[in-house]
Amino acid sequence: MTTGLTWNLIEDAHQLFSYHFMVNALRAGTIVAVVSGAIGYFMVLRRQSFVGHTLAVIGFPGAAGATWLGVSTGIGYYGFCLAGALVVASLPGGGRADVGPGGHGEESAVVGTVQGFALACGFLFVSLYKGFLSGLNNLLFGTITGVADHQVTILLIAGVTCLLVLAVIARPLLFATVDPDVARAAGVPVRLVSAAFLILLGVAAAGTSQITGSLLVFALLVAPAAAASRLTARPGLGVTLSIAIAVAVTWVGEGIAFFSPYPIGFWVTTLAFAVFLAAAGCRAGADWLARRVSLDVRTAA
Amino acid sequence: MIVTERAPGRPAPPTHTPVIVVDQAEARLGGRAIWSDVSLQIGPGQFVAVLGPNGVGKSTLLKAVLGLLPVSTGQIKVLGGSPGRHNDRIGYLPQRRAFDPTTRIRGIDIVRLGLDGDRWGTPLPAILGGRRARDARERVEEVIGLVGASGYARRPIGQCSGGEQQRLLIAQALIRHPELLVLDEPLDSLDVTNQASVSSLIRDISRTRNVAVLLVAHDVNPILPYLDQVIYLAHGGAVMGPPEQVITADTLSMLYGTPIDVLRDRAGRLVVVGQPDAHAEHRR
Repeated sequence: MTTGLTWNLIEDAHQLFSYHFMVNALRAGTIVAVVSGAIGYFMVLRRQSFVGHTLAVIGFPGAAGATWLGVSTGIGYYGFCLAGALVVASLPGGGRADVGPGGHGEESAVVGTVQGFALACGFLFVSLYKGFLSGLNNLLFGTITGVADHQVTILLIAGVTCLLVLAVIARPLLFATVDPDVARAAGVPVRLVSAAFLILLGVAAAGTSQITGSLLVFALLVAPAAAASRLTARPGLGVTLSIAIAVAVTWVGEGIAFFSPYPIGFWVTTLAFAVFLAAAGCRAGADWLARRVSLDVRTAA
Repeated sequence: MIVTERAPGRPAPPTHTPVIVVDQAEARLGGRAIWSDVSLQIGPGQFVAVLGPNGVGKSTLLKAVLGLLPVSTGQIKVLGGSPGRHNDRIGYLPQRRAFDPTTRIRGIDIVRLGLDGDRWGTPLPAILGGRRARDARERVEEVIGLVGASGYARRPIGQCSGGEQQRLLIAQALIRHPELLVLDEPLDSLDVTNQASVSSLIRDISRTRNVAVLLVAHDVNPILPYLDQVIYLAHGGAVMGPPEQVITADTLSMLYGTPIDVLRDRAGRLVVVGQPDAHAEHRR
């Protein structure tokens, strides 16, 4: 790469946008960040992070197998992640946020076992392909160089569909998440809504894997949402903040990755981690302050 | 069934159709009868407690009323329809339910879900909401004021105390102007002071708004002065009547088929002595 950081931001941005692959990376990254910021908020609220991670890992053998067979990796990611989501949704208790896989007990062990097997299969496919091994790194830890035009189109269609479905089910999904028993009595089809959410989670995980790699999806799926929910307890604001953090982290991460020799997955993850730490710090500070104030009020009274 | 008689000092409710009619119903779970041949009738505005030992099917009775669990024989009518048909006119508070301390959702959001949480879609931001959103917000504030939760409704619900959470959940159950409140052990996780204040809150709502209340209780004493009727479930059957007729040594001994004593302490609290626990196979 004949590029270098000039510290003139306009000059740098100009340099960055003069490469088509970089424009595609930013497009794809933005789509993926918006989707995973929104879906991730509900995933964190439902405590289904483990399932989200598993779906992303299941995408890895899909992508590796697709490479081996010579078809687009996007097909592999989406195919395997969606299939995985359907399987998890059909597990007993898979529809419930609190007792489902990733909650506790035997089922999380089952899901964990499947996750290990998926990783092993992916490695087998990479070996069978006999291609250069950097492919493995890209699948696991992400790349900004590999996003073709048609992939951006697929990401866009999948992302828009995903957000539309989320917009339709958002309110009953929130109800079923925080209060499943009352929601069921009020006529919310809790099982159906939960299964639909798992499928959306599969789509989000598949999309995010294509940017950050299968192992680092949490940078966009969990960290922004976890940071947002520490900053606010309002659901609407929480989703908005989560999306904003995910997009900011992706843009800055891709920008730094362009000018540095280190991979995008590392930068996006590190930035997301930093935002999460800052948010957790703010929360702890605010809670401490609130306790101080309420103590003062009590002593005054 | 014991002939019903109104508690003294309470105005008789207008003689509408009964809110709940249970006619010789039987509930089965996993192929085993939980209770059978149960017949009950609850009128508008009545405050009724469901009592009985653990595992006897008190929550099952509530679920049958809500249509979440069909009865195997007999019939239940709720608000003139089959169970589950008119759940939008019922406020429900399931057993539980302490929110995890890390739950980062405000109490006011939980209350709001009781109003329109079952509708598809996403709520618009407040500025774009228009009149309907304003009405909804006013209704939420009104009902939060009614239960006295205004001081903490904007805190994350996980950080509210058990009593505060219970008040917010009662607000959620009340938000659609229900004609019937179905409450599963709402006093269970509360300290004595909160038990007294939450039960008098429920009593006030029942009186002023003519809301029938069907409340499962572990301990009858905090609500004893307010009760019109009690349903005592035991031994696979049920007895219904005014508390002073049902919670007696004779009635309970007959129900259980073994001698039971009902003692009264100096403060007037009732203690039921000698009741066997439900059979292990009845537990859930």
